[in-house]
Amino acid sequence: MKKIYLDHVATNPLHPEALDAMMPYLKEEFGNPLSVYEYGMRAKAAIEGAREQVAGLVNAKPAEIIFTANGAEANNFALRGIALAKQNEGKHVLVSRMEHHSILNSARFLEKNGFAVTYLPVDKKGFVDPETVKKAITKETVLISVTHASSEVGTIEPIREIVRIAKEKNIIVHTDAVATTGNIPVDVKDLGVDLLSMAAHQFYGPKGAGALYVKQGIRIVPLIYGGIQESGRRAGTENVPAIVGMGKAAELAKAEMPKRTEYLKPLRDRIIDTMVGVERVYLTGDRENRLPAHASFCVEYIEGEAMLLLLAAKGLFSASGSACSSKALKASPVLLSMGISSSLAQGSIVFSLGTMNTPGDVDYLLTEFPAVIKRLREISPYAQGWGDREEGGEECTVKE
Amino acid sequence: MKFTENVKPDVTTDIVYMMCPMHLLKLEEQMKELEPGQILEIMTDYDGALEDIPAWCEKTGNEFLGMEDSGDFFKFYIKKLAR
Repeated sequence: MKKIYLDHVATNPLHPEALDAMMPYLKEEFGNPLSVYEYGMRAKAAIEGAREQVAGLVNAKPAEIIFTANGAEANNFALRGIALAKQNEGKHVLVSRMEHHSILNSARFLEKNGFAVTYLPVDKKGFVDPETVKKAITKETVLISVTHASSEVGTIEPIREIVRIAKEKNIIVHTDAVATTGNIPVDVKDLGVDLLSMAAHQFYGPKGAGALYVKQGIRIVPLIYGGIQESGRRAGTENVPAIVGMGKAAELAKAEMPKRTEYLKPLRDRIIDTMVGVERVYLTGDRENRLPAHASFCVEYIEGEAMLLLLAAKGLFSASGSACSSKALKASPVLLSMGISSSLAQGSIVFSLGTMNTPGDVDYLLTEFPAVIKRLREISPYAQGWGDREEGGEECTVKE
Repeated sequence: MKFTENVKPDVTTDIVYMMCPMHLLKLEEQMKELEPGQILEIMTDYDGALEDIPAWCEKTGNEFLGMEDSGDFFKFYIKKLAR
């Protein structure tokens, strides 16, 4: 049976050239970058080379890149590190409701430790309205964190506008760009952000490497204390092979991005165009401002998990909403925050494409997926007597 | 919210400092291990549990006996019911 991986927002295979770049550092080049003899010097040089490559991907200076173990660490570092560094100026933080758990749970940690947090609402397409940011700012606000794009619904947020508002008040802005870096152009100067999180495995680098961009001049409290690695801002012996792999993957992503996007976008569009034509299937997120390889839907009267299981039985691997439940239990908080009803949100499914997917894979999905929907609806008690309800289509209708 | 005191749990799970969704994952995992009639105690400081644990009990047909607020964290008591 065919096995087709359609969950590239979860992770990606390692690019063969990134693996080749890593191999020496898994074998003979085992030195500790802090060591002063040749083994150490070569490992140090490798890390600094990777720093330049990663900086090049996001238009930063190499010294503005701090390597971390992953995107979640970068997000935790940004939120806690800035909140603690600025707490004498104010103890109020803004985050959106679209954020990943590494942001939301860090925000909850701050709340438990004396900070006030405002959770910014989103509209039905998943956009944070810059005007709501403006209204939520108080004299105490020291940090705003809004994701560059949600991996759940693919919507790309208006970061530039949010930054413009924040800068009028001298407030630091962080964006979680884990889903976007390496997949769409991410330019820290153009966005104007002060901090930006990224993860290597989201652009065909290895797991175990991420980075936080911290604009020159921004003070941040370390998350991990110890040695002088990363200029004292992130202690611990570096994961040299993973960092080298991240550097190579960043270089490749920058060079190949136009080609990859040109290839993936039409495939994604075929999935969206076909699926919104299926009765009571709704696109989630915005149609235009979305990740180029991301197609997400809510399928009425069916549970996401049932779809995943039947698709997996056909060799199609995809994902449903977030792992977290909310008070509605089993429905994604991101979808609920967009005003989607909890029953509709249970039928959430996300397909995310990668360079190894072929047009044939998409053909196969578009044959099998409608069949899976039909089969599940035949056995769904909720699907009875739906004829008198409104039509499906591009708009994910807000109910209740 | 339903409060209770002096409940004698059969199993205790400590997830203080753990965030969403650990309270629901641990709850589900532990309840599978219990025999009908046994009582689970969950210790957590996660506010979301105040809504989620009673809702989970209602959804799954288990009995929410109540909670205790010990100051630093909450203790939730759930009795497994026969299906």
